[in-house]
Order: sequence, then structure tokens, then C-alpha cells
Amino acid sequence: MRVNFTVNGRPEAVDGVWEGESLLYVLRERVGLPGSKNACEQGECGSCTVYLDGLPVCACLVAAGQAEGCQVRTIEGLSDGDRLDPVQEAFVECGAVQCGFCTPGLIVQAHDLIERVPEPGDAEIREALAGNLCRCTGYEKILDAVRLAAARKAAAR
Amino acid sequence: MEFLRPATWAEALAAKAGTPDAVPIQGGTDVMVEINFDVRRPVALLDLNQVAELRGWEPLPDGRLRVGAGVPYARVIAELGEELPGLAQASRTVGSPQIRNRGSVGGNLGAASPAGDSHPPLLAGDAVIEVESAARGIRLIPATEFYLGVKRSALAPDELIRAFWMSPATGPQYFSKVGTRNAMVIAVCSFAIALHPGEHRVGTGIGSAAPTPRRAPAAEEWLAGELDWGGTAALAPALVKRFGELAAEAASPIDDVRGTAAYRRHAIAVMARRTLTWAWNDYRERVAPCA
Repeated sequence: MRVNFTVNGRPEAVDGVWEGESLLYVLRERVGLPGSKNACEQGECGSCTVYLDGLPVCACLVAAGQAEGCQVRTIEGLSDGDRLDPVQEAFVECGAVQCGFCTPGLIVQAHDLIERVPEPGDAEIREALAGNLCRCTGYEKILDAVRLAAARKAAAR
Repeated sequence: MEFLRPATWAEALAAKAGTPDAVPIQGGTDVMVEINFDVRRPVALLDLNQVAELRGWEPLPDGRLRVGAGVPYARVIAELGEELPGLAQASRTVGSPQIRNRGSVGGNLGAASPAGDSHPPLLAGDAVIEVESAARGIRLIPATEFYLGVKRSALAPDELIRAFWMSPATGPQYFSKVGTRNAMVIAVCSFAIALHPGEHRVGTGIGSAAPTPRRAPAAEEWLAGELDWGGTAALAPALVKRFGELAAEAASPIDDVRGTAAYRRHAIAVMARRTLTWAWNDYRERVAPCA
């Protein structure tokens, strides 16, 4: 079947989509946006987190056909050309990226948190990131990065 | 596989009547897992995301709330936390923020897993499930009669879940769940309590400790008769203990990968005691200013 949706501001019409296919598969294998990662395929790890009509969701649990007519924003759509989003910059600066596999999902999820809660407390950060698994960092540097990004965004407002 | 995409509730009912084997998909947080893992290959997916009727909630003339089956957990928490505190607490324990943005009470009901987090508060709060078919119209099924077995419900093949009806809380409500961590956890077992002070009645719900979610009727009736509804005294330890025992007796758990039957029965008693104590302490504070 054909699925029409907008990805990072660009309209896409994707043909040959299998009816049971996930939005994640379409993004990675058909649209050429491999930033969102495929790991658990059951909503446990958060590596495939994207915005769907403004809400962060696990793209592996959205049937591709459900994205028809929707606005999707992926990790590739957070930077402004060559300029990284402050959340991305903070992850790099704080050493919050090790193997990097969980990073896109964590950044999208942290980006959403900071948009909704400009100055999140530690409990709010932990709760927001509870569905994103990282096996390298031990999370401390990720928390540092989210705090730094939130502080920078708040200062810029 | 077909992908059916009705735009309205009437179209959705017609599609389900035409293809009774179609699997309804709302948030996808259960259905897509089964498809991704090749556990299920339905002849058709019936996507309900476009059906606006499922995404709203409204008060009914009799004061109950009619909550659309597609209202995601995140909105139950944000919009119905005051009116349905037990369900909102349970909703906060579902998966992760990403899952709560997509998953819905309607989906939980459709899956009818004994471990679904919304079932115990629906039972404790006397919820009624509104289902509909093109052929026979609307049926209102009390939650107590909705769950028939492990992942089996009273929903007929040509029916869809439209909403659940539930009264706004008139007394304290609590939900408790045992799992290995605070997030992303399927219940080892769970328990919900609701005090209904107007009728001097107690509601309960047990999760993941029987083939279906179920109430603990003997525990409810005994407690309702023992509570001093007009008083502000703390609960006697013997009363709390007895309530826990009666709640545990209502469970019929099994040993499985998440826990043993003995552990579950013990945990149900512990959660029943704790939730009762929390609820009664809230109730005393509300009654005290009037006494």
C-alpha cells in the first residue's frame, strides 16, 4: 500500500509498504532515515523514539498506515542545517554518547521533556527517560546533558 | 494483510462487521509487538486512529463519565486524575511516557490480559464497558462480566469497544502494583481499592493473580460492614490484616516467569493492607472537618 506523511517537514509518498510494517521500518528502510534505531521492536528500549504529530512515541509500535497524513519528526529533523540542537550539543559535550545506539531516542525524548518542562528537576528527567535504555553510560552523563541542555534553553528564552 | 482505515465510528462498525477477523489497532502497543515478533498475522488491521468519537470523553446525564476507548493513558492522567484517581494512578504505571502517549484503556480492554493495569481500578470503580456492533447496536457490559479468560473477553467478533463509563470518585481510590522496577514493567500482580462512602461500600480489583482480573467480593462486603464510616479513628491492625487475608483468598494465581503463586498471594495481601490504609487515612482527613 501507499503511505503519505510528512517527515521533518518534507512530504513523503511511500509505495509498497506491507500492511503490518512499522513506521520505524518505513523511516529506516524506505525513506532513508536510519537515525531512529531498531533494537527491541516491543517498546521496551526507546531507541526508535520519534515525534508523531508532536508526541514522542516508539516508532516500532506505530503501524506505518497509522502515520497516514501525520507529521513525523525524527532525530534527523532536530538540527537546523549544520547547527545541532542544544540537546544534541549537550550530549556531545557531557560525554553522554558512548556506543551511540540509544542516543537518538534519548535525545528526542529529552528534547520533548525540555519543550514541555523548561526547568525539569531530576525526578522529572528520570521519569521522562524511564522508557529509554542505555547499556554504556550508567545514565549519569545523560542526566548531566539534559540538565545542561535545559539550562541553556532556559537562558536563551 | 488488509489495512482498514475507517474515518468514523459508523465506518469502523461496518468494517468490523464485514471483516470480523480484523484486529482493531489503536495505540499499537500490544498489537504491533505481536506482529513484529511474528506471533500474529491477522487477515486485516482495523486502524481506529482516525475515529474521532473514540478520542473524547464527556459527562453523562447521570453524572458518570463516558471515556472514549482511544483516550491514551497520558490524557487519562492529565485530564481525569481528579475524577478517576485510581485509574489515573494505574495509568502512571503503564510502560513509559512513549507508551502512555499511545496506549489506551480501550486497548487494554481489547487485549484483556489478566495483567493489564487499567482492569483493577475499572473493577473497583464499577466501570461499565460500552461495546457496539452494526447489527445489534450498543451493549453495556459491567467490567465484572467483561473478562472471561486469559486474553478473552465478552466482546463479540463483530463488536468494537466504544467507551467505558465510570462515576467520578466519591471517596479515596488507590492502586498498587508489584514489578521489578518502577517503569516499563508488566505487573507481577496488582491491587486497586475504591471507597464509596455514600453507599458505605468498598470496591476492589485484583490484577495478574487469576485467569482474569477480578474483584474480591467477600473482602469488600466484610470490610464495608466493619468500617466506622462516620468515625475518624485509625483502622485496627486486626481489621487491616483480615482484609488482606480475604483479598488474598479471592486470588487464584499461578507460578510463572514473573513470580510464584505463593508470592502473588502474599503480595496481594500486602497491597490490600497498604491501599486500604492509604485510602482510610485520606477518608479520615475528609470526614474529620465535618465531625
